[in-house]
Amino acid sequence: MSGSSSGSSSSATPYLQVAPLALIMIAMVGIPLATVVLLSFWESDGILIYPTYNLQNYIDVLTSPVTLSLFLKTLKFASITLIFTAVIGFTCSYFLVFHVRNLRWQIALFLLCTIPFWTSNIIRMVSWIPFLGREGLFNTLLIEAGIISQPLDVLLFSDFSVILTYIHLYTLFMIVPIFNSMAKINPNLIEAARDAGASSFQILRYIIIPLSKTGLALGTIFVVTLVMGDFFAVRVMSGGQSASVVSAMKNEIDQLYYPQASAMAVLLVIVVLIMVSAVLRIVDIRSELAR
Amino acid sequence: MAHNNGARGPAFYFLAAFFALFVAFLYGPMLIIFVLSFQGPTGGLTFPMRGISTHWFADLLSSSRYGDLGGAFQRSIMLGFLSMSITAVVCLFAGLAFRRKFWGAGPLFYLSIISLVIPGILLGLGISQLFQLLGLHLHWWLSALGAHLSWTLPFGLLIMFAVLNRFDPSWEEAARDAGATPRQILAYVTIPILFPGLIAVALFGFTLSYDELPRSLLTVGGLNTLPIEISNMTTNVTTPALYAIGTMTSALSFLAITTAFIAIAVIQKRRARAHGDQAE
Repeated sequence: MSGSSSGSSSSATPYLQVAPLALIMIAMVGIPLATVVLLSFWESDGILIYPTYNLQNYIDVLTSPVTLSLFLKTLKFASITLIFTAVIGFTCSYFLVFHVRNLRWQIALFLLCTIPFWTSNIIRMVSWIPFLGREGLFNTLLIEAGIISQPLDVLLFSDFSVILTYIHLYTLFMIVPIFNSMAKINPNLIEAARDAGASSFQILRYIIIPLSKTGLALGTIFVVTLVMGDFFAVRVMSGGQSASVVSAMKNEIDQLYYPQASAMAVLLVIVVLIMVSAVLRIVDIRSELAR
Repeated sequence: MAHNNGARGPAFYFLAAFFALFVAFLYGPMLIIFVLSFQGPTGGLTFPMRGISTHWFADLLSSSRYGDLGGAFQRSIMLGFLSMSITAVVCLFAGLAFRRKFWGAGPLFYLSIISLVIPGILLGLGISQLFQLLGLHLHWWLSALGAHLSWTLPFGLLIMFAVLNRFDPSWEEAARDAGATPRQILAYVTIPILFPGLIAVALFGFTLSYDELPRSLLTVGGLNTLPIEISNMTTNVTTPALYAIGTMTSALSFLAITTAFIAIAVIQKRRARAHGDQAE
């Protein structure tokens, strides 16, 4: 509150209240992003950076055949992860909302799904290694069961392990918004449909899925942006054999090619923003959130 | 789906099994490394266990081969608490502000969302280069703290929206009508009612900062945070010491989560009791 004597209805109050947030966000997000855009027009030879203002970095990035393959690879990771997280997230939320009838249990199981969010992603990533490795638990079990005779190499340090890690890390970003959407569905609606003779499948198809669209859209935005922004999982879990846009960017940063990395980053952000606005065009999240 | 007659169909059991599998998928790998971190001194990165010991924990704490883990841990804890306090205070007031229309509300909201969806490493690059251009030095308590806030504040803001959605402003109006000053309203009405939500904001502020990697990498300056040290270990360390650090840092995260949940539960219970007393 502003502390003004006329009560908290002074018109300056919201500005004073929001000023700290605005200052930090402008200083630590707005201006740094502008700096990246500025930097993308500069030049670097790996030792020094020259303020030159030309489009050379963009021309280099856009004409390099590597760029396209990096973007395609990243989109492949994002789309496979999206499909799996959406199916798993939808199924788990559906179970929690419509099958777990005790509210206490519902909250407890929901929290069980979200707790890993507050723990270290690096550790959750690393914890797949003893399970998937050549001498890992999974290979050992398969060999002892007589299903395979040689350990499977594709389990770890492959695209498979990268995508598995993404699904492991990011499914909860689907569960939370879908759960939220589903919890808002009026049970009377389903009751009415059932009384009118709708089958469980019809209820799912014509009531629950359409009414969960907002949650699915929010989850999609989270999962796609998280996968497209990742460099660490793809580096660690592919054993350095795979690369995504951001991991390639990280390599350029490590070699002090900041302007080149910035140009790549600007392109990536444009692609991500186009995808996000495409999702927003299909589902009006802001009006639905206010519900 | 509402089985009104109380009988549970095959769909329930199928979905329950699916959910159980998902939970196993979520927690299984972590449990494996917790177990493996107690590997005997001659044991390796995978099963079998060659005895049970705390050798790798001791190794982690005593050996200098793993870098400056103690210092990194202290810095991460400090950053966590700084981020937590700043996030709770800033988001409380920002949340209150967003209840009214003000000039710039839309752009500020979108800036917060952009901060959530852009790659963290990119923001780190921006912050570090901005400091460079301004001739400032990178410090974990300045540039890295700013980078962490760019991550914790938008989350805190979204939670405040959800919390304030269920907050009835007529409590504040009643206090105002009774002659309370804005400061008194804030201290005796608004904050106490919102307190469980603020604990949730604080939990996000601490844990998201404590585990943050991509935004920290380019902004910490000379001294690393714990996640950076751990990420270096993932490529250098090939002993169960890697799991030992995983167990320790996860234990701390779980401690933070449990503390927050218990605090919220205690407040809710006390409120329910106070409510019951009034009803009698």
